[in-house]
Amino acid sequence: MQGWAQIVFYAVVLVVLSYPLGIWMAHVYTRERSDPVERGFLRLLGKDALVDQDWKAYAKSVLMLTVGFTAFLYALLRLQGHLFLNPDHLPAVSWDVALNTVASFVTNTNWQYYGGEYTMSYLSQMAGLAVQQFVSAGVGLAVAAAVIRGIARRGGGTGLGNFWRDLYRSIVYILLPLSLVLAVILLAQGIPQTFHGHATATTLQGAHQSIARGPVASMIAIKQLGTNGGGYYNSNSAVPFENPTPTSNFFEMLAILVIPFGVLVMFGRMVAARRDAWVLYAAVFAIFAIGVAIAYPAEQHASAVLRNSGVNITAGHGQSGGNMTDKEVRFGIANTSLWATATTDVSNGSVNGGHDAFTPFGGSVPLVNMFLGEVEPGGVGSGLYGLIFYVLIAVFVAGLMVGRTPEWLGKKIEAREMKYAAFGALFVPTMVLAMAAAAIVTKSGLASIFNPGAHGFSETLYAYTSQANNNGSAFAGYGATPFSTTLGTVALYFGRFVPLLAGLAIGGSLAAKKTVPASAGTFRTDGPTFGVLVFGVIALTAGLMILPALTLGPIVEGLMN
Amino acid sequence: MRALAASLVAIVVFTVVLGLGYPALMTGFAAVAFPGKSTGSLIHRNGTVVGSELAAQSFTSPRYFHERPSATSPAYNAAGTTFSNLGPTNPALAKLVAQNAQAILKLERPYNRGLTISQIPVDAVVPSGSGIDPDITPAYAQLQARRIAAVRHVPLATVQSLIKQNTDERVLGFFGEPGVNVLKLNLALDEGGE
Repeated sequence: MQGWAQIVFYAVVLVVLSYPLGIWMAHVYTRERSDPVERGFLRLLGKDALVDQDWKAYAKSVLMLTVGFTAFLYALLRLQGHLFLNPDHLPAVSWDVALNTVASFVTNTNWQYYGGEYTMSYLSQMAGLAVQQFVSAGVGLAVAAAVIRGIARRGGGTGLGNFWRDLYRSIVYILLPLSLVLAVILLAQGIPQTFHGHATATTLQGAHQSIARGPVASMIAIKQLGTNGGGYYNSNSAVPFENPTPTSNFFEMLAILVIPFGVLVMFGRMVAARRDAWVLYAAVFAIFAIGVAIAYPAEQHASAVLRNSGVNITAGHGQSGGNMTDKEVRFGIANTSLWATATTDVSNGSVNGGHDAFTPFGGSVPLVNMFLGEVEPGGVGSGLYGLIFYVLIAVFVAGLMVGRTPEWLGKKIEAREMKYAAFGALFVPTMVLAMAAAAIVTKSGLASIFNPGAHGFSETLYAYTSQANNNGSAFAGYGATPFSTTLGTVALYFGRFVPLLAGLAIGGSLAAKKTVPASAGTFRTDGPTFGVLVFGVIALTAGLMILPALTLGPIVEGLMN
Repeated sequence: MRALAASLVAIVVFTVVLGLGYPALMTGFAAVAFPGKSTGSLIHRNGTVVGSELAAQSFTSPRYFHERPSATSPAYNAAGTTFSNLGPTNPALAKLVAQNAQAILKLERPYNRGLTISQIPVDAVVPSGSGIDPDITPAYAQLQARRIAAVRHVPLATVQSLIKQNTDERVLGFFGEPGVNVLKLNLALDEGGE
């Protein structure tokens, strides 16, 4: 009961906060006037920042920024040994891990084939990785705003806004202010923020203990808010220095979902279809709730190994019991299960306990969440255009059922949009299955597996699902080899940019269309029927695609359990 | 070309403002507002640093409360955190749990004759998430209390009241789970528990 009460309280606070935030974000992206700093910034950037862009120009600016940051970040990681703010004298990051890490951070994934506190210098953490945590999240929000403008546009035209202006506003009006507030909260809870190197302690028994610290709080704030997830420490938010108390845990969990749910509210405002937005809000909220309802009891029930070991796994009498493997005492089972579900409903991927050690069914929740494309409600911005793919498919299916041309929010949905939507929705899951297959039939792929049996397959499937969907959480036993880092790098870039481009293309295509008034034959998309339909489409497209793979991993293991 | 030029300027501006300015601002603020917490919540005794409130450390002596198992290398490495990543059906997990349980029985039984494996709470035998979980459950602390009282020749009631003093209850009676900070508890024992 204690656990469920915490979960329900969390959900209520989340919904309540996402509402005003969404209204604010809609205001940020629709305001005509620029502030003086924004004007100066855009002038400094030059002509590209001063024009209204169609979807292709918008996409080109996104890609150019990504290419530039990829080169810059790779150089920084390779040269960190010669640069400043490296008090513990860490050497260069190896080339394959650096390549994967760069791809991972510019794509808002934050998959980590390295341990932060013993691989990255302070400079790399703050001026390299944490900058991407702002910028990649800002890119996601900017693209979402552009796609929404395309849908909302009345009377034709091709302009979706300006990428640089949207990026500036995402960072300056949304991500940075929230990060400042969250960082102060986290500092008050005890997260370090210092430029001093490792501390050395002499323990009570006389041993030496080296304690890693650094500019942690500033990074953890944006790591949580920007659906990034890349931790300062190897064990991420399980580490007390990254998540010291139940209070810090609550705010970090809130930060995972508040902007993504806010984006749905923002969508409703910007397209002037608030009821439609709430229907989508409810549909994806249901997926979140179902996930928690599976994961928490599964983890509390624990694995056969623990049940048969004879130790006490019953909650109560001074412990939370359950599957405490790779979990922390101060969070217990409820808060770790809730976090695992939330972090994979969006593209966050931070963890406060080890997912590899989750029970078979508990661990299948994050896996399925990610495979659905992280649209529940998905990464900051990227979740929205991911969800739009499913919505268009649902609209199309509904159109077939009632025998009319499908329409959505006053726009006719035709072959072109459907091609983009189907491609956007199916490309990533198809790539994941192909990559997992490649990694499971090759010797170099098998070398990454840590746990024996069906669980080893789950590790592999999880790795490519996570990277291709830009999540970043891991069944962390899965190891870095040149094969796995390279395949992962491909998954990261394609998983980010194929859906992003498909989303922008839909925005561009819809922008040019004239609005058609709703008629008696229009299928209503603002009621519960459509919510159920969207839910069903998500479950039937991606859900069915992963089912055969699930039977080879978590389901087999669950039957053994 | 225009997009490339804009990108280069943006990279410089963002790196300076978000990568250097923002963390420097937070570091300055933290040094003034939270000097102890921002440098790692270090605990000093007689002028030397003995550890951090937020990191477990190795306790093997029977005079001290013991921490949860750690998967780091070496154990309780606060500069190299890691999960154990042992899957739920991994035979290595079964072996580890059995070993840890036997070690606890062997250690505690001389002071607690009736102790059975079913009285050992699960957190005592499985690795923590960070490898440096500073807390044990109140149940695991109670399990160790008799040994501490006997070895240190102090009344059991004293030990139990020290456990209580060093237990972080649920926040507002609601959030999270109660935990006993092992380092702080052992320091309190050293100070007054002889």
